[in-house]
Amino acid sequence: METTIVIKNLTKKFGNVIAVNDVSLTIEPKTFLTLLGPSGCGKTTLLRCISGLEDPDEGEIYIGDKLVYSHVKGVSIPSGQRDLGLVFQNYALWPHMTVYKNMTFALEIQKLSKEEMKKRVTEALAEVKMSGYEDRYPREMSGGQQQRIALARMLAYRPRVFLMDEPLSNLDARLRMDMRTELKRLHHISDATTVYVTHDQLEAMTMSSNIAVMKEGVIQQMDTPDKVYHFPANLFVADFIGNPKVNLLEGWITGPDLVDLGKFNVPVFTFSHTGDVVVGIRPEDISVSTHAIDGGVEFITYSVLPTGADTTIIARKGDTELTIKEIGVSKLQMDQKIWLTFNKDAINLYDKATGNLITH
Amino acid sequence: MAVISNSRLSASEKWTAVMRRFLRWLTTPHVILSIIMLAVMIYLVIIPLYRMIMTTITVQDIDLRVLKDSEVGDFTWYHWVRMLTSKIAKIMTYEPLVHSIVVSLGATMFALVIGGLMAWMVVRTDMPGRNTIHMLATIPYIMPSWTIAMAWTVIFKNRTTGGTPGLLEYILGTPPPDWLAYGPIPIIVSSGLHYYTFFFLFVSAALLSIDSSLEEAGELAGAGRWRIMRKITFPLVVPAIASGFIMTFSKTMGTFGGPNVLGVPVKYYTLSTMLRSNTGIGNYGDGFVLAIILILFAMTTIMINQKLVGTRKSYETIGGRGFMSQKVKLRNFKGLLTGMVVVFQFLIAILPLVVLLYSTFMLRTGDFSLSNFTLAHWIGKGDISINNGEPGVLRNPKIYLGAWNSIRLSLLTALFTSILGVILGYAIVKGRGTRLSKLVEQMAFIPYVIPGIAFGAVYISMFTKPVGPIPPLYGTFALLVIVSVAKHLPFSARTGVSAMLQVGKELEEAAAIAGASPWRRFVRIIFPLTSTGFVSGFLLNFISTMRELSLIILLVTPTTAVLASMTMRYIENGNEQQADAVILILIFLVLIGNFIISRFRGGSLKKGLGM
Ligand SMILES: Nc1ncnc2c1ncn2[C@@H]1O[C@H](COP(=O)(O)OP(=O)(O)OP(=O)(O)O)[C@@H](O)[C@H]1O
Ligand SMILES: [Mg+2]
Repeated sequence: METTIVIKNLTKKFGNVIAVNDVSLTIEPKTFLTLLGPSGCGKTTLLRCISGLEDPDEGEIYIGDKLVYSHVKGVSIPSGQRDLGLVFQNYALWPHMTVYKNMTFALEIQKLSKEEMKKRVTEALAEVKMSGYEDRYPREMSGGQQQRIALARMLAYRPRVFLMDEPLSNLDARLRMDMRTELKRLHHISDATTVYVTHDQLEAMTMSSNIAVMKEGVIQQMDTPDKVYHFPANLFVADFIGNPKVNLLEGWITGPDLVDLGKFNVPVFTFSHTGDVVVGIRPEDISVSTHAIDGGVEFITYSVLPTGADTTIIARKGDTELTIKEIGVSKLQMDQKIWLTFNKDAINLYDKATGNLITH
Repeated sequence: MAVISNSRLSASEKWTAVMRRFLRWLTTPHVILSIIMLAVMIYLVIIPLYRMIMTTITVQDIDLRVLKDSEVGDFTWYHWVRMLTSKIAKIMTYEPLVHSIVVSLGATMFALVIGGLMAWMVVRTDMPGRNTIHMLATIPYIMPSWTIAMAWTVIFKNRTTGGTPGLLEYILGTPPPDWLAYGPIPIIVSSGLHYYTFFFLFVSAALLSIDSSLEEAGELAGAGRWRIMRKITFPLVVPAIASGFIMTFSKTMGTFGGPNVLGVPVKYYTLSTMLRSNTGIGNYGDGFVLAIILILFAMTTIMINQKLVGTRKSYETIGGRGFMSQKVKLRNFKGLLTGMVVVFQFLIAILPLVVLLYSTFMLRTGDFSLSNFTLAHWIGKGDISINNGEPGVLRNPKIYLGAWNSIRLSLLTALFTSILGVILGYAIVKGRGTRLSKLVEQMAFIPYVIPGIAFGAVYISMFTKPVGPIPPLYGTFALLVIVSVAKHLPFSARTGVSAMLQVGKELEEAAAIAGASPWRRFVRIIFPLTSTGFVSGFLLNFISTMRELSLIILLVTPTTAVLASMTMRYIENGNEQQADAVILILIFLVLIGNFIISRFRGGSLKKGLGM
C-alpha cells in the first residue's frame, strides 16, 4: 500500500474565519504525520477536508494518484469512495449495534462474503487485543475498550489511509501511554499512510515520523520530531514545543558569535547576521555550577521543582528569568547563588522582526 | 497525473466546474429535503394565506347583491371598509376584538396566578403529596378545552336564554346572576382552569432548576427575603412565565369551544365565534377580514413577547437539573393549604366529569331528581320525543362514524406529522448555520403564530376551488388531515430537531466514510437512533389532534364530523345530554391515548406540551 497524499493550496473558510489557509503539503507513503497545534488552529478542519466530510473552498487534494478534490475542476469524491478510515475523538461507535455489527457495517457495503467478514473482524479484534468482544454493545465497554473497537472498526476494512482525530484525548494518562504504544505498533505493521491530529506534543513527539505544526490555519513547520524539537523554524514553534518551555531572550548581536542579552552575553553561531535577535535556549542545554567558574553567569535560584527523574530550576538575574532542567534530584536550595554556562551548539537564534530561525 | 493550473483552464472548463459544484450542492441530501419541505410549506401555508388575503380584496359571489356593477373577482376594498369603518363595524369587528382580548388576557392571567401559586407550593414548600398534585395538574389539560365550559353550563346556567335551569338553580331555588351563567367571567375561568397546566409545569420546572445555593448566597450576603425574590428568584422564573404566557394567550385568542358554549347564547361574540358565524353563511370576504385581524393580533403579541424575553431563553429553563432546595415551612397552614389544593384539583379535574356524566342520565334537562333518571341518551332506541328521535349515543351510527373519524384523523395526522418531523429535523440540523436551514426552520414556525380558527379559515379559501392539479378539497376528510398536519408543523420541526440533535453528527459521518449511501445512513443509523423520540411525538400528536376543535370547526361537514365538532353541533341543536355523552366518549378516548403515552415514557407530559 504505497499511498501518497498531496495537498495543494488548500483553503477552508467558515464565514470570516479562515480555518485552513493556503496549505500545501506532501505526505509520503507509510508516513505517520501528526498535525500539531493549539486549539482552533485548523487541525480537525484540515483532516476533515482530506476525508471529504468538509468541502474546502480552494485547492486540490490527491490521494494516491486519484484526484479526490479540486475546486477549479469542480471535483469532489464522496468520503466513502476515498478509501480511507477515520477514528473520531468520541469514537462514534453506533450505539444500537454490537461490536460485530459496527465492524461489518462497511464490509457489508463492500459486499464481502460472510466468512471473509468474520475473518476480518477476528483479525482486527486480535490486533487491538479485544478478541471475544463481538457481541458487546458500546455502552457495555469502558472508554479505553470503545477506543480500541473504534480502531478495530477502521482496521477491519483496510483503508489505504488512516486518519485519526485526537483518538486518545478522552482516555486517562495511563491508558493513553498504553494506546500510544499500540498505535505505533499498528502503524508499523500496517504501513498505512497515517494522518494523526493532536494538541498533545508528547503524543506527537513519541509516535510520529513527521510533525506539521499549525497556527491559525497555516503550517509553520513540517519536519521530523527531532528537527522540530531541536531546530524550530520560528519562535511560535520553539515556544509551542518542549516542556518545560524554551527560554526566549531578546538581545542584539554585538560581535561575531556573541549576543548581548543586556545583563550578560551568550555565545551563539550568528552566521554573519547583525541586529536585534531572540535567543532560544532549551532548559536542558544550560549547565549549573555552585561555584564561580570561567565564563559562568551568576544567577540566583528562585524556585526548585524536583519531579523525581529530573528537576526544574527557575533562576533569576534582576528581571531576567531562566528555566533550567537538570537530570536527577538537584541539591540546590532556593535563593542560592549559581553560575550558568550555555551549550553554544544547542542555542537557536531568531530574527526579532520576522521571528524566523537564523541559519547559515 | 496531469495537473492543469488554474489560469490554463478554458472558459468551458470553468463553466463545467461551476455546474459540477452547483449540482453537488443541490444533491446534498439535506439541501434536497430542505427544498422539498420549502415547496410543501409554501403550498400548505404561504399560498393559503395569500389566497385568504386576496379573498378579502376581491368581489365574491355573495357581494353581488350589494356591488351591482362589479363582477366576481374584481378588486375591492369593500370588505375592509365594511368591517372597519361602517355602521356594523362595531358589532362585527370591534366588540368581538375587545371581547377576545378581554377573554384571552383574563384567562391567561388567571391561569398564571393559579399555575404559578401551585407550582411554588409544590416545589418550594413542605407540602405533602407532591407527585399526586403534579399528576392531577395535568388532567385538565389532557381533556378537551371546552370540557369545563360544558360542565359549567350544566351547573350555572339560568333561564336568560330561554332554556331550562341549571343545577345551582335547582338546588337553591334562585337563578344565578347572568354574569355567572354566561359571558366573559365563565369563559375566562373555564379556559384559565384548562390552561393553568402550562404555567404549573413551566414554573415548577424553572423553580426546580434554580440552584438554591444562589438564593442562599444572597441570604448570606445579607439580602432580605423580598430582595432575594426580586433579584434572584424572579429573573430566573420570568422566562418560564413568558413562554407560558405566549402559549396560553395565542391559544385562547383562537379558541372556539368555550366562547361558543358560554358566550354565543348571550351574544357575547369573540373574533373566533364571529368568524364562524360569517363563514357559516358563506360570507368569506368579511370572515377573512376577521381572521386576518386575529392573526395580526396574535403575531404582534408573540413578537412583543419574544422581543422582551426571547423564546430561546424561555425554553432553556425547561428541563433544567433539579437541585435540593430549602423548603418553606407551612407550619399551621400546612393542613389547610393542602386541603385547599386537593379540593381545588378535585373541583377542576373530577367534578366536571361527574357533572357531565350525571347530566347524560337526565331525561329532561333542568330536572336533577332521581325520578328523571334514564339511560335513553346512551342506549335508547330512538324515541321521537327524545332528541328529535336520535338514538342513544352507543346505538347511534353517526357517533360511531364520528369516533372513527376522530381516530383516523388523529392517527393520520400523527403519522404525517412524525414523517415531516423526521424530514424537517434532518434538513434543519444537517444544514445548521446555512441560510436555507434557517429559512426552513422559520417557515415551519409560521403556523404557530396563526390562531387555530384562523388557520382553519385559511384553508377554506384555499380549497374551495381547485389549485393546479389538486381538486377542490373543501368538505373532504383529506382537508381535515391536511390542515391538522400543517398546523402541527412547528411541533414537527421541534420534535424533529431535538431528536436529530440527540444523534451526534459523527455517527452519520462515520457511516459516510464507510461508504454508506445517504439512504443507507438514514435507514441503518439515523432512524433507529431517533425512533423513540418520534414515537412519543406520534402519541402526543395523536391525543392533541383528538381534542382539536378550533382548527377544524370551519371545515367539517356532516360526513366528516369528528367527536369534537359533534359536541358543538348537539349543543347548538339544544341536545345537551347527547353533547355531554359525546364529550365523555371523547375524553375516554383521549385518556386511553394518554395512558399509552405514560406507559411509554414514564408519565411525563412536560416534554410534549411544547405546542
Ligand atoms: N463547522 C464550523 N463552523 C464554523 N466555524 C468552524 C467550524 N468548524 C471549525 N470552525 C472554526 O475553524 C477554526 C478551526 O477549527 P478546528 O476545529 O479545525 O480546530 P482544531 O485545531 O481542531 O482545534 P481543537 O484542538 O480545539 O480541536 C476554529 O476557529 C473554529 O472555530
Ligand atoms: Mg479538533
